[in-house]
Amino acid sequence: MIDALEIGDDCLVLSQRLAEWVTRAPTLEEDVALANLSLDLLGQARALLSRAGDEDDLAYLRGASGFRNCLLVEQPNTDFAHTIVRHLLYAGFLFELYAAHPEDEVAAKGVKELAYHRDYAALWTSRLGRGTEESHRRATEALTALWPFTDELFEGHQDLRAPWQSWVTEVLEGAALPVPAVAQRTGGRRGQHTAHLTSLLTELQGLHRDHAGATW
Amino acid sequence: MTLWEVFVRPRRGLSHVHAGSLHAPDAELALRHARDLFTRRQEGVSIWVVPAAEITASSPDEKDPFFAPAADKPYRHPTFYDLPEGVKHL
Repeated sequence: MIDALEIGDDCLVLSQRLAEWVTRAPTLEEDVALANLSLDLLGQARALLSRAGDEDDLAYLRGASGFRNCLLVEQPNTDFAHTIVRHLLYAGFLFELYAAHPEDEVAAKGVKELAYHRDYAALWTSRLGRGTEESHRRATEALTALWPFTDELFEGHQDLRAPWQSWVTEVLEGAALPVPAVAQRTGGRRGQHTAHLTSLLTELQGLHRDHAGATW
Repeated sequence: MTLWEVFVRPRRGLSHVHAGSLHAPDAELALRHARDLFTRRQEGVSIWVVPAAEITASSPDEKDPFFAPAADKPYRHPTFYDLPEGVKHL
């Protein structure tokens, strides 16, 4: 079964992270591409959070410790390579989760969206890894920074680990990016977040805090 | 970055039609950008991307020699036939 709160929060937080690129992406085309990924995830977040309670209350009125998203999705954009590698690791996981639950309405629709997300992330990962010296360096730094948050994805989903691992390994090998040996960190599913989530929520919830119930 | 011209086929049975252009580092990414930019509202079932530099276009200066001679040749138009009913997109 898909945990509406955990996966709903993953989608909401990652959607917000991607939306931070809007008007700031390297090219106009990439701006639209990242915004599309963000909107896909926002749609899934709304559907899932509505199962867990009132979507607006859940999005706007909880503090960081009330969120159940994994640590990976709250990690900052930093640069384009971090954004792509984070998306590769997470979309790879969410695709497997959705594919394993065809009976779930959100998953059945979302699996097509996520198939595109992971394809997109894989294409860019290979281009960054095999591009210039700088793009390779940035992709390596991103992978080193984000790999520690991958164990947490499989808490309660151990069966998804093998297919995810085999797909991610294939993409990374194709991109000439070795998997780093780094210690793992968890805690997000228990509400123990990095400080990055607090600043993300300040922006996400700011309007609602200043003008409760504002509409336009 | 390379400039790409995008052609979208709106439905099965129709031809690809020029939809616009975009910048992308290579063909694979150009296809995906085209998907995001030109088919977001279900406008298409197939996309072509072509490097703009690969298109050879007629020049406005050559307009007369290219196109004017067709003007007085009405027998080239299919106006002497009746269209069978039910034939669409002809």
